[in-house]
Amino acid sequence: MSEILIEDLNVWFGEYEERVDAVKGASLSVSKGGSFGLVGESGSGKSTILRAIMGLAPTWDGRMEVSGEPLGPKRSRTFYRKVQMVFQDPYASLHPRHSVDQVLSETLSLHGFKDIDTRITKLLDDVGLGPSFRFRYPHQLSGGQRQRVAIARALAPEPEVLLLDEPTSALDVSVQAEILNLLTDLRDEHSLTYLMVSHDLAVVGHICSDIAVMQLGEIVETLTIDDMRAMRTQHSYTKHLLESSLLGAKLA
Amino acid sequence: MSVTKPSSQGLRAWLLADTPTSRRHAKLSVVYQSWLSFKGNHMAMFGLGILLFLVVIAAAAPLLAPQDPFIQDLSERLLPPGSEGYILGSDSLGRDILSRLLYGSRITLYIVTLVAIIAPIAGLFVGTVAGYAGGWADVILMRITDIFLAFPRLVLALAFVAALGAGIENAVLAISLTAWPPYARIARAETLTIRGSDYINAVRLQGAGPLRIITKHIWPLCISSLVVRVTLDMAGIILAAAGLGFLGLGAQPPSPEWGAMISEGRKFILDHWWVATMPGLAIFTVSLAFNLLGDGLRDVLDPKEGKS
Amino acid sequence: MSNLLDIENLWVKFPTRNGIFDAVRGVSFSLGKERLGIVGESGSGKSMTGRAILRLIRSPGMVTADKLDLEGVDLLGRSEKEMRGVRGKQISMIMQDPKFSLNPVMRVGQQISEAYRLHAKVSKSEAKRKSIEMLEAVAIRDPERVYNMYPHEVSGGMGQRIMIAMMLIPDPKIMIADEPTSALDVSVQMQVLEIMDKLVKDRGMGLIFISHDLNLVSSFCDRVLIMYAGRVVETLAADKLHEAQHPYTQGLLNSLPRLDAPKDRLQVLQRDPAWADEPSVSA
Repeated sequence: MSEILIEDLNVWFGEYEERVDAVKGASLSVSKGGSFGLVGESGSGKSTILRAIMGLAPTWDGRMEVSGEPLGPKRSRTFYRKVQMVFQDPYASLHPRHSVDQVLSETLSLHGFKDIDTRITKLLDDVGLGPSFRFRYPHQLSGGQRQRVAIARALAPEPEVLLLDEPTSALDVSVQAEILNLLTDLRDEHSLTYLMVSHDLAVVGHICSDIAVMQLGEIVETLTIDDMRAMRTQHSYTKHLLESSLLGAKLA
Repeated sequence: MSVTKPSSQGLRAWLLADTPTSRRHAKLSVVYQSWLSFKGNHMAMFGLGILLFLVVIAAAAPLLAPQDPFIQDLSERLLPPGSEGYILGSDSLGRDILSRLLYGSRITLYIVTLVAIIAPIAGLFVGTVAGYAGGWADVILMRITDIFLAFPRLVLALAFVAALGAGIENAVLAISLTAWPPYARIARAETLTIRGSDYINAVRLQGAGPLRIITKHIWPLCISSLVVRVTLDMAGIILAAAGLGFLGLGAQPPSPEWGAMISEGRKFILDHWWVATMPGLAIFTVSLAFNLLGDGLRDVLDPKEGKS
Repeated sequence: MSNLLDIENLWVKFPTRNGIFDAVRGVSFSLGKERLGIVGESGSGKSMTGRAILRLIRSPGMVTADKLDLEGVDLLGRSEKEMRGVRGKQISMIMQDPKFSLNPVMRVGQQISEAYRLHAKVSKSEAKRKSIEMLEAVAIRDPERVYNMYPHEVSGGMGQRIMIAMMLIPDPKIMIADEPTSALDVSVQMQVLEIMDKLVKDRGMGLIFISHDLNLVSSFCDRVLIMYAGRVVETLAADKLHEAQHPYTQGLLNSLPRLDAPKDRLQVLQRDPAWADEPSVSA
């Protein structure tokens, strides 16, 4: 059974003449415990699909299901206990005036947890930040550290599904490696299902087993990562993306 | 659990520490670092100094004033500054101008404090709710704001006086009612910018409702620009109160309100310049001080400015 | 062969509340008519190096060097007025995001013309003609129409090409490109790089290409400098990158995920504090 099922999803902004279709007729399915990647360039609509699932997209139609339950216009708190999201820009996803402790304790109390102190310590530990980071403010953290806090925040409600919106594209190469390792470790520890968006095929290839390629709002091809590696692609755009990204990695 | 705070060098290092050890530590650290930034701005410190001085003299007016500000002595009227017992001179009824200025500072502070509390808070409420809710709430609240913005301050004050009688409280009310709309606009503009940020989305994804988002997430970010705007507006507020006093709509005689003092001194300005000029200088100094303070606060509080 | 740029022992320092922060520490290198890449992560000092060359670092930042010569003539001692004659005319700079480097309220053609007329005394129509010529040179079809567009009306890749046109129109000897393609999509990146490559070659210019992307720089440049904590830790010919000796370079290379070489875990760079203390390698 799929954990995430999307059928014929359309997402648009504005009405009538001003209508912009961000996603057109998208369909995908993510199995429980699987890792699915959405790749495409900017404007392809990949982040919009994530936002639609989370309830952040204004107008959409089509069908979306998580764990067999169809999604409507609003999301409930139980949904947010099950599905969480990590945003792209670590410099924008933390409130500038809230310390790490405030961010995590607010999240935990919103979800009704009582043993907040223990949980905060454990969360910080899980994401590789020690207790010394607990009372820092975002401007006292590096990009990688902020992203770890964002991941800790997403893990606080003990979700089953994590949506990742370009989680490492704003980070340095060496930090990216740490965060990617963290994500794979967490996935194994907590049996998470991942839906990851990225423009970087190598990053997606590292984390995901299946990929959907998007161009201008449409999913043009869905394939496994093995197919991708073996260049067994069908759509010309997929081939083009593959070639562009391999061009930059010519090292033996 | 908290670290000990030994010598002053140790205290400074503790406050500047990169890794705070408790909520209190973190907050104190932020406040201290902001204070250090502010301290570096000499003009702003000067402004702060003047204002603290104002508070002190207002509090200690009975102790500092050489004379009773209300006692009239017509044999001592219109004495120039430097006269025996009348350092800044005396007015047309023989009252010591210095004493009247000292007691008048209380009235100035009273007006300024009331307006500074009422107007921004009302504006914050209206602006953030309008900005966050959008739709009809936004339209209605902003049109109400526009209506109040359209009122000229003095005309509204006149209306109040006609309805409720002249006096300081009504003057304050009139000023507050015309002062809050710009704050609503600022708060709304900030809210619109903040509303779409990832950190707001992130907390929505934790199930936070609008009330929590507005009060805990949006207000802290709006407050700095409001504080800056309030201090920069202070000069205008003092002048508005002075203007009302000048027109006889604010503080009533014999109250030593600075604007009223200027009004009384108007007739004598050619031959006895000090009667109007002294209170004028007082207003000027306090307004300037607020401006400098506001400038300094903006440098410290403005989140857009990225100093390293 | 005389070098275009000679830099010896460049230091860039900033006073902060907690002491003096050294952004660039004793960097030395020379630039000929070649493409030199400077690679580093954030905080390595690579952007500061580029800005220091153009004397764009304002006080309280301090720039010192034993030598900072442009074709044998000292740059460090020049007055601000003299530097204005250098910037754009002899050394130009392209930055990361055309959204932020193009004036949003001026038409792009006008910006290019203005850049031209700053350094050459020509009439407005001559400047316009030259600008349109430059737009063609950066492979913009329909240059007349683009000339009249505003920055928000052009795509990222086109905006960056417009920046290149603007920066090359005064015919400088050296171009410093600071992450010129980082804000662009992958397919557009290639296009912009090809144009830069062609123009630099045709005009016999020197290029300093600053980036965090080691692969990109190595495929595009002739020589690469790798910076860490304000110092140059290694310098290599671009095609010899896989023979890198320094553990930091090797660490950077190995921590990248590779589509064609899957790994369970990526190698995490172990930062050795000694790297920051080593003397800068001269290039």
